[in-house]
Amino acid sequence: MTDPAATPAPEAALSDTEVLEQFAQRDYKEGFYTDVESDSAPPGLSEETIAFISKKKQEPAWLLEWRLKAYHTWLKMEDPTQRPAPEQWAMVHYPKIDYQAISYFSAPKTVSLDSLDQVDPEILATYNKLGIPLEEQKMLSGVAVDAVFDSVSVATTFKDKLAEVGIIFGSFSDAVKQHPELVRKYLGSVVPTGDNYYAALNSAVFTDGSFVYIPEGVRCPMELSTYFRINAANTGQFERTLIIADKGSYVSYLEGCTAPMRDENQLHAAVVELVALDDAKIKYSTIQNWYPGNKEGVGGIYNFVTKRGACRGDRSKISWTQVETGSAITWKYPSCILQGDDSVGEFYSVAVTSGRQQADTGTKMIHLGRNTKSTVISKGISAMNGQNVYRGAIQMQKRATGARNFTQCDSMLIGDQCGAHTFPYITVRNPSSTVEHEASTSKIGEDQIFYCNQRGLSTEDAVSMIVNGFCKEVLKELPMEFAVEATKLLGISLEGSVG
Amino acid sequence: MAADNDTISGYTAAFEGFEASLNGGARSPLHARRREAIAHLQEHGLPTARFEAWRHTNPAPLANGCFPPVVTAGKLSAEAIQPFVVSGIDGPLLVFADGQFVPGLSRVGDLPDGVQVHSLSAADSETAAIITANLAALALGAEHGFAALNTAFVRDGAVVTIHAGCTMDVPVQILHVSTGQAGLTTPRTLVVAAAGSRASVVETFASTTAGAGVLTSSVAEIVVGAGAVVEHARIHLHGADSLHAGTMHVTEEQDARFTAHTFCLAGRILREDVHTVLRGEHIESTLNGLSLPLGDDHVDNYTTIEHVAPDCSSHELYKGVVGGRAHNVFRGKIHVHQAAQRTDAYQSNQNLLMSDDAEINSKPQLEIYADDVKCSHGSTTGQLDPDALFYLQARGVGLQQARGVLTRAFAGELVDRLQHEGLRTHVERLVSARLDAVLADQGGAR
Repeated sequence: MTDPAATPAPEAALSDTEVLEQFAQRDYKEGFYTDVESDSAPPGLSEETIAFISKKKQEPAWLLEWRLKAYHTWLKMEDPTQRPAPEQWAMVHYPKIDYQAISYFSAPKTVSLDSLDQVDPEILATYNKLGIPLEEQKMLSGVAVDAVFDSVSVATTFKDKLAEVGIIFGSFSDAVKQHPELVRKYLGSVVPTGDNYYAALNSAVFTDGSFVYIPEGVRCPMELSTYFRINAANTGQFERTLIIADKGSYVSYLEGCTAPMRDENQLHAAVVELVALDDAKIKYSTIQNWYPGNKEGVGGIYNFVTKRGACRGDRSKISWTQVETGSAITWKYPSCILQGDDSVGEFYSVAVTSGRQQADTGTKMIHLGRNTKSTVISKGISAMNGQNVYRGAIQMQKRATGARNFTQCDSMLIGDQCGAHTFPYITVRNPSSTVEHEASTSKIGEDQIFYCNQRGLSTEDAVSMIVNGFCKEVLKELPMEFAVEATKLLGISLEGSVG
Repeated sequence: MAADNDTISGYTAAFEGFEASLNGGARSPLHARRREAIAHLQEHGLPTARFEAWRHTNPAPLANGCFPPVVTAGKLSAEAIQPFVVSGIDGPLLVFADGQFVPGLSRVGDLPDGVQVHSLSAADSETAAIITANLAALALGAEHGFAALNTAFVRDGAVVTIHAGCTMDVPVQILHVSTGQAGLTTPRTLVVAAAGSRASVVETFASTTAGAGVLTSSVAEIVVGAGAVVEHARIHLHGADSLHAGTMHVTEEQDARFTAHTFCLAGRILREDVHTVLRGEHIESTLNGLSLPLGDDHVDNYTTIEHVAPDCSSHELYKGVVGGRAHNVFRGKIHVHQAAQRTDAYQSNQNLLMSDDAEINSKPQLEIYADDVKCSHGSTTGQLDPDALFYLQARGVGLQQARGVLTRAFAGELVDRLQHEGLRTHVERLVSARLDAVLADQGGAR
């Protein structure tokens, strides 16, 4: 580490109190704005906008056609906010979005670089503030970072090392150019263009994202990571991620997000598709810490994401782990379609809603194959005026003989103005399958805090400790780097919610 | 939506005809409620498959097309109703045929002081005031189209009122029988138990035929006063081809004890909405349910327990044993308001699938706005424990018999919760007969 000030301080050096104090002094650490001249499309959505994006990205004709098809599907779909009350199922409330006011393309001007020297110094400075200095990445514990700044990948590292074992890891637009056959085969095969309103919108206007292909029998030698950032006012982010794990392969993928502070709501509608073939394993971890809005709930990101993995092959496994602390509204259900026999789906989630945040999140486990298994562990924490919903679907289809599911949803309430809700949807069409669901609700007891205070712990430390204990089952599923960050994030997110 | 509009205009026309036949009754407070209900129906319509509350039950067979209200009740004999009457209970019995009171088959007998049991049409001025205050007095949501349908066409109903501090030990029996006349019938029940009173009511829905083309839209309203103790049982024995959309609305005041039992034993599509509101402190509320669908039956229990005040507890247990190609749906919501601190709520849904073609949907839900609460729910679905079956077989019990023993034990938990012994024996017999049929129905192609 050449520049210690630019990297995250080691955890051991800072006590929780210091961390809290550090954060008490500013509203939102990642709230800064980098002025990079953007090459944006004018606001508005039409066939022309889509053609503009496609042309800008030098896409083949089939992809433009695919986008337009998605656009026409989207036009026919109903805006979920416009449904009459008895037909509303989600517990999220937000004003109608004006899709014509959003600019659908924004790219930093300097792209396609041979070395880091060519990167806009301002972008580099932004990364440094975020604690991901590109020049030091090769020294950073084997994590390859494909950094997405606004919607275009500006730098990809470790590519060579991954290429040695045949792994393709890069931006989605590069993959379209270099591996069109793979993209064409798998794009939209897990999340079809008409899947839902926001997935259709994403399919029409997605700008970039990540593409990963792990060849047969290869175990990815490092954890792959993408840092997303949202920048440039009025730009919705529409990433598209596609990960394919061929037979017998393994990959662990990390996704982490921060966003600069701003006053208007930003729509974020990403689509993530995972495909696991025979005996393949994919582990997908997310830390989401986007701007949640100010204390009155103004501003903040709308995080409407479609994430789905298909366990196509026998004995394949997909594991989702998420720590959701940011965004004004989080609305997503990372799901697994367990097609292959003996395939396994897992979902581990911590969702924190504080201030005026709303989260309606959970998972769907669709059991199609024989002896498929799924585990769902969800921890929801609500503080201040936060509203936290676990919504999960478990389906045992006819062919899924011997399938098993276990679901546990625990909610914690901090303060008496918040809400914690659990809405499971269980469908069983097969008598030999077993489904178990349990849920509980609790609060941080005054006696617990008192016990900690008595032993010299501050109230903040006590809350942080209790919350981390509550979430332990999920946090232990995270890769090391993320677990450290998540533990810190949880404490910070709940700062000021007790006492 | 065109079909829906046709349906509503059909009901509007039927309502106008009904109104014209009332001969002066159109000025009664009850008719004002009917008018509100038809207006509600005209504004919101009946539920559609897009309603979140109807996610797993397509309401189209009940909501598409107008079921003309049955005007003239069919003939009913004492023999015909015999199997539905609880033999071990001597108390009052109110019999309704196609929604209309049948005095000849009903009996009231000697009632304790302060207890009144009669049909809606026979109310005296004192109970009329109670009825006006409580019947259809609650505002309906847009999704309550069927409750509005009942109110709009209600002709008669059962009324049970108990004055403060009075006790009715013997269960009051209410029998709603369909004689198989195609069309809409609208059974209605109102129970008002004043402060400190005690009562028990058994409602049975039965049919003398398979009931093709019969839609029963029932509403029961139960008011449990402060400190009152009320037990209510509903036994659904509809015709195998008939349709039912029922609503039960309960309001409970401070220190009340309320227990409901729902036995869904027969009917082609059987939807039952139960909504109880715990308005005072220290209430204890219990909802029990058992569903035994077979063939192409579809049963949907949609329950809501609303904790408005602090320090209450609620318990909910619904079980299903599902055979044939039947479909059992359960939705239970515990809604804890912000003021309802120290709520203790538990909810459980357990299902046994007895055939390869049976299906269940379970939605146990918690919606919690208070922090100092103890709320949990559990849902399990599976088949009979193979180890338990093996244990019995190893001791010389045949497989069919072993299945019978284990399912009866599973369902028996809900029968055992009935307080009155005579009623328990009656329900045990009905459940046992139905279970035999469920176990024998292995589904297969239609």
